[in-house]
Amino acid sequence: PAYAGKLGLGRAALPEEVAAWNHDISPDGTGLPVGSGSVEDGEMIFSDNCAICHGEFAEGVDNWPKLAGGMDTLNHKDPLKTVGSYWPYLSTTYDYVRRSMPFGAAQSMSDDDVYAIVAYILYSNDLVDDDFVLSNENFLDVEMPNADGFIVDDRETSEKAFWAEPCMENCKDEVKITMRAAVLDVTPDEAGGEATEG
Amino acid sequence: MTVRFKGKSPSRRAFLKGTLASTAGAIAGAGAASAATPDPLITEKQSWAMGLGDGVDATPYGLPIKYESDVIRRNVEWLTADTISSINFTPIHALDGTITPQGCAFERHHSGAIELRKEDYRLMINGMVDQELVFTYEDLERFPRENRTFFLECAANTGMEWAGAQLNGAQFTHGMIHNMEYTGVSLRTLLEEAGLNAAGDLKDKWVYVEGADASSNGRSIPMEKALDDCMIAFKANGEALRKEHGYPARLVVPGWEGNMWVKWIRRIEVMDGPVESREETSKYTDTLANGTSRKWTWVMDAKSVVTSPSPQSPIKHGHGPLVITGLAWSGRGAISRVDVSKDGGKTWETARLANPGQPMALTRFYLDTEWNGEEMFLQARAMDETGYVQPTKHQLREVRGENSIYHNNCVQTWWVKSNGEAENVEVS
Repeated sequence: PAYAGKLGLGRAALPEEVAAWNHDISPDGTGLPVGSGSVEDGEMIFSDNCAICHGEFAEGVDNWPKLAGGMDTLNHKDPLKTVGSYWPYLSTTYDYVRRSMPFGAAQSMSDDDVYAIVAYILYSNDLVDDDFVLSNENFLDVEMPNADGFIVDDRETSEKAFWAEPCMENCKDEVKITMRAAVLDVTPDEAGGEATEG
Repeated sequence: MTVRFKGKSPSRRAFLKGTLASTAGAIAGAGAASAATPDPLITEKQSWAMGLGDGVDATPYGLPIKYESDVIRRNVEWLTADTISSINFTPIHALDGTITPQGCAFERHHSGAIELRKEDYRLMINGMVDQELVFTYEDLERFPRENRTFFLECAANTGMEWAGAQLNGAQFTHGMIHNMEYTGVSLRTLLEEAGLNAAGDLKDKWVYVEGADASSNGRSIPMEKALDDCMIAFKANGEALRKEHGYPARLVVPGWEGNMWVKWIRRIEVMDGPVESREETSKYTDTLANGTSRKWTWVMDAKSVVTSPSPQSPIKHGHGPLVITGLAWSGRGAISRVDVSKDGGKTWETARLANPGQPMALTRFYLDTEWNGEEMFLQARAMDETGYVQPTKHQLREVRGENSIYHNNCVQTWWVKSNGEAENVEVS
């Protein structure tokens, strides 16, 4: 083995090995494979592999994630955060779908299939037309609506007030209950299966 | 196990059970001081004092005694679409001290808890290093080791409580946490084995880490943190990691949100930028009231909770001496002080720390007090060595609104009623 480091532990990784595991894709497109896929193909692949959980139009089934919709809801009381309304980079969609979807059969789709699925998700979010073909060539041309929606953690400035000596006495005049968990009653029963009490 | 959530609240059930138990207990307990009649547990010979117990070969690896069967992880079905990409909760209401027993330490998976043998384990370091490397599990055990104790708190701990008081018990509101003594190799040691000269100026470099499971859980970590105190751990609380906690090796990222503690870690890539993976864009970003979102909110701020009394741990012993206890922790360093209020924050008393706070680890606090049936609004408020004071939920909402999902470190209130029952409430 080719000893590289100070203790000489481990061995050199072979190019095939790195290629097999190194699949991450960066926002600038680094890591994207050569390939392409159309909305049309994506619709069929999505229907066969994804729609059972995510819905035929990527709108989500039951509690499973919605991949489309929710545009301009991020400042609402209950924002709908989807690929279209929330995700800042398209690279993440390709990376995540290829690496970890379908749920229960991850890493089972070809690179072209993944391009097609991503194209279909874009279409479902009204971001491209139905004749769109996504490829490694035009990947970065796609504009994600919420690309500018993120700021780096600013707690040390925006929450600076939390670094202060706290009050110990006469801190407030009255204490009133404003919410009660028992009213909601959504906590699991502790019995763990046995239904005893009536 | 499966827990159904219909029916009476846990506090009610625990309380009713407790009342029965404490009736007998009260007689026996009172008897010790002023017995009217002799206690048969003393005056009559008991079977365990006459017969024999189990042999040393009965239990090669033991579980808790059956009377502690309620000290278990619990699942809340409605929180997630299924139990594979889901969460369960540590029974912190029933534990004491600071070390979490691994068998009931919470789990959070995105594609389930995988089974990965040491023989099948491989760890790759690639990217901007002098020599891309592959390690076996055996290789890991030959590096110099360190032992360090840290809390791991899920970024979503207390997340269901943003909009109000929802789940009735410290296990559910604060139980996405565990605290273990880890043994392993520093990430710095491994990176230096591969060599970082190729990376040039390390200041703007990142590592991307991912697991061997289908979800991969890839996260980007700035090089400064990677070289500071991260570890690849293969033992926790003295023994191998549990399967569900990343066997045979996981990443330890002291003080930072649990999502970054990548389990079954298989690859570390040195890069010149963050990947902006799904787990740091779609998830683990915190949406503010105006619709913009914070990203890279890595540190878990100072936080505390009274674990007893609490909804699942009501007062069952009647009036007189009462131990109020709980946990405090901070991702920014050691806990320096915990204050406790019995009146919803009007007045505060400084609690006693069982041991001096350790950086980025759970700290146990006690307030030894007297209770005579008065209604209490119990709160704890942690302070850490940076001077940060745990905020109220109102203070947090003022800055963040109600849609952050993650990083809810607000002061918790338990309403202790005159009968000893406790309930999760919000107060003005």
